[in-house]
Amino acid sequence: MGRFWSLLFLLVPVIGVGIFVVCAAEIGIEDHWLPENVNEHGRVIDDLFMFILYLTGIIFIATGIALFWFLWKYDAAKNVEPVKYVHGSHTLEVVWSIVPAATLLFIAIYQMNAWADAKMRRPTLPGSDELLPPLVEVTARQFEWRLRYAGVDQVMGTDDDVFGVNDLHIPVDEDIVIAIKSKDVLHSFFLPNLRIKQDIVPGMKQHVWFKSNKKGVYDIVCAELCGWGHYKMKGRLTISSRDDFNIWLQEQYENQEVSEFEPEGSE
Amino acid sequence: MSSTTAGSISDSHAGGHAQSGGTVGEFFSTYVFSLDHKIIGLQFLFSTLLWFLVGGLLALGIRWQLAWPWTSVPVLGSTGMFATEGGQMSPEFYTTLFTMHATVMIFFVIIPILAGAFGNYLIPLMIGADDMAFPTLNMLSYWFMWPAFALIGSSFFFPPYGAGAGWTSYPPLSALAEAAPGSDHAQTLWLLGVTFVGVSSMMGSVNYLTTIIQMRAPGMSMFRLPMTIWGMFITAILQAFALPVLTAAGFMQLTDRVIGTGFFLPEFAFANNGLPASGGGQPLLWQHLFWFYSHPAVYIMILPAMGMVSDIISCFSRKPLFGYKPMVYSISGIAGLGFIVWGHHMFVSGMNPMLGMTFMVSTMMIALPSAVKVFNWLGTIWGGQIQFTTPMLFSLSFVSMFIIGGLSGIFMAATPVDIFIHDTYFIVAHFHYVLFAGTAMAVMGAIYFWFPKMFGRMMNETLGKIHFFLTFVFMNGTFFLMHILGAVGFPRRLADPYHYDTFAHLRPMNEFITICAIGMVATQIIFAANFIYSIFNGPTVGRNPWKANSLEWMAPSPPGHGNFDFQPVIYRGPYEYGSPEVDTDYYPQTQPPPGQKSDGDSGDASGKGH
Repeated sequence: MGRFWSLLFLLVPVIGVGIFVVCAAEIGIEDHWLPENVNEHGRVIDDLFMFILYLTGIIFIATGIALFWFLWKYDAAKNVEPVKYVHGSHTLEVVWSIVPAATLLFIAIYQMNAWADAKMRRPTLPGSDELLPPLVEVTARQFEWRLRYAGVDQVMGTDDDVFGVNDLHIPVDEDIVIAIKSKDVLHSFFLPNLRIKQDIVPGMKQHVWFKSNKKGVYDIVCAELCGWGHYKMKGRLTISSRDDFNIWLQEQYENQEVSEFEPEGSE
Repeated sequence: MSSTTAGSISDSHAGGHAQSGGTVGEFFSTYVFSLDHKIIGLQFLFSTLLWFLVGGLLALGIRWQLAWPWTSVPVLGSTGMFATEGGQMSPEFYTTLFTMHATVMIFFVIIPILAGAFGNYLIPLMIGADDMAFPTLNMLSYWFMWPAFALIGSSFFFPPYGAGAGWTSYPPLSALAEAAPGSDHAQTLWLLGVTFVGVSSMMGSVNYLTTIIQMRAPGMSMFRLPMTIWGMFITAILQAFALPVLTAAGFMQLTDRVIGTGFFLPEFAFANNGLPASGGGQPLLWQHLFWFYSHPAVYIMILPAMGMVSDIISCFSRKPLFGYKPMVYSISGIAGLGFIVWGHHMFVSGMNPMLGMTFMVSTMMIALPSAVKVFNWLGTIWGGQIQFTTPMLFSLSFVSMFIIGGLSGIFMAATPVDIFIHDTYFIVAHFHYVLFAGTAMAVMGAIYFWFPKMFGRMMNETLGKIHFFLTFVFMNGTFFLMHILGAVGFPRRLADPYHYDTFAHLRPMNEFITICAIGMVATQIIFAANFIYSIFNGPTVGRNPWKANSLEWMAPSPPGHGNFDFQPVIYRGPYEYGSPEVDTDYYPQTQPPPGQKSDGDSGDASGKGH
């Protein structure tokens, strides 16, 4: 039976790596991998994911094969060698402490820049140090996304603000800053295709930023449990050309004037 | 003394206070309100195994909804529970399901089965003590679980819905009653229940620390302790220092809910058109306090398992544990670093990203001691004579699966990657590989391993291997594909993710996962049957059926009140398998070196009396 169990444990790296290869290389199965990335800053996240995947993959395969081989070779039913009476090896301990330590420290330092870009270095206005103002303010509440655009004057809180719910439009190829806040409980603003995720804490004002490079329609997902209707807190993100975006915004503005509708949550 | 012969010394029953037996009062003092650590350990074991069943069934409810959302739930649907929804579960019920699944599994199964059941049973036996340092405190720590069982259990039945704020209970959702209508009282009961679990664990940890420090047999120096005891010892330290924080935070949240304080609520917080709370607090404060305990708790949930696995692997490799001291240091390293990594649960929470960076570095470094442990386990089986017994198979699978769980942790330690995979099924895959494929499998192995000591009988090995094989296959079928779901961004805690275009095509994969999960739970019937049958009808065994070295195997099976029928004196560490000093391939800790007389009371001078 030792042979059988050894092979069972060998199947772990074989099937495990197999599944990842099949999904990542899309062999006979599509869309079971990182969804399409349309954010210029998102590439670095995907690259880092793949880098860690290769690195851990090597360790996974190596340790898996070592486990299999030791079980196969030292099965008491087959092995005639006497037990190796050793209590450890100082050299080995040093080697297998320092090598992973150096590797882990390398990953830690290597990714700091990507983290800072994503969460700490908000884009500035061209040619100045002034922070880029948000194009739109997203207010989350149970269970919808309320939107408020600054309008033509680009200042939030004026008469030409444009309001909307769950239907976010963004121009392509531009640095975009979105202000996010919550009216009630925790939510999380998750744009899978833009590799953006930020929990929204009531009482705090936060910002996310990105630069999309492809037109299309994508999902806005709430990724932090916010109550019974959490699953249906769905929004739609439309990325279009600047011209189309301007036309859409103007249309929204005009429709809004006519309807006198002013959603609560816009304060 | 040579204690390898079958335990012919008769021991009527574990914890035998009973002299003549028979009266109701004696039954209660022996089996119910017992002061004997072995009975208390078994009480913990039976209670937690029952809750394990409950937690597993709750998981099946979650899986049903994810595979076939909004369809009539089998069994539950026909009870009239969801009569208004035509037998399908409501989204409120779904939030209750995953909240309670995690609560039950963490607070009622993993933590108490490791520390409560195995800690209680094994610590005095493995260090050579006759009982715990504080038997009454020990009994209390078990009976404090019952209010928790009652409170959290009853919160389930509080109409119309149970607690539904997740096991992390993040405010404001958990602190504002209006935010989750219907779970008003349930959430309060839940908080009270967690407080009782906390007090119970506190009493346990104080007891374990005192016992391990003060009551070791002569010759049992700290570096002769088995890894199981090291795991329990470090765990007890973690509990003693981290748990008060959670207990206090739970109390603060309780007052936020009940008497209108505002620790975790921002100014004028309100939800669902309820009245605004005065607030003035900060929701993130709860997350910091919660994870300050609950991250060390992750190690509380694995260190004892690592210890037990080390003992089992060494025993069935018939070879000394590779790198005993590095193993001890890495357990201590995990515990030390474990206190400064809690922020990795909060990378995208809104916490200062600069702070996230420091937590990222410490989190990366905590992978190091885990890696060292894996290498040492591999070193242990290298060059051994491996016996593929059921406990060994479970322990090997712990190593194999812990590699997966450990490696997937590196993805989320990398903060930029965590932005994408946070709160997705990648995380779910990760912690199920560590906690189920890791700890729960180790616990299964430990049950098969120590069962002969607990009941004086063996469990059936063939059934055990079938149980292992099916669990192993179904478990990987259930959890491995969750990595792929996570890579697509499939979020946790969504009652119906399929109305998003991004995730709509993932249902077939979820159906497969659910079928595997049902198979995995069904497989446990084999275990339950084997366990119960063997308690009464398994073949009886002597003291040391596995030919192991550590001290508990020198006591009768099952040990009587006071544990040892001789004064144990310790001559060496617990891993002297294959030693050239003796003819047998094992060399018990109590066996005097060749040429030296066994002398009970004048053993090693470095030892401590008790």
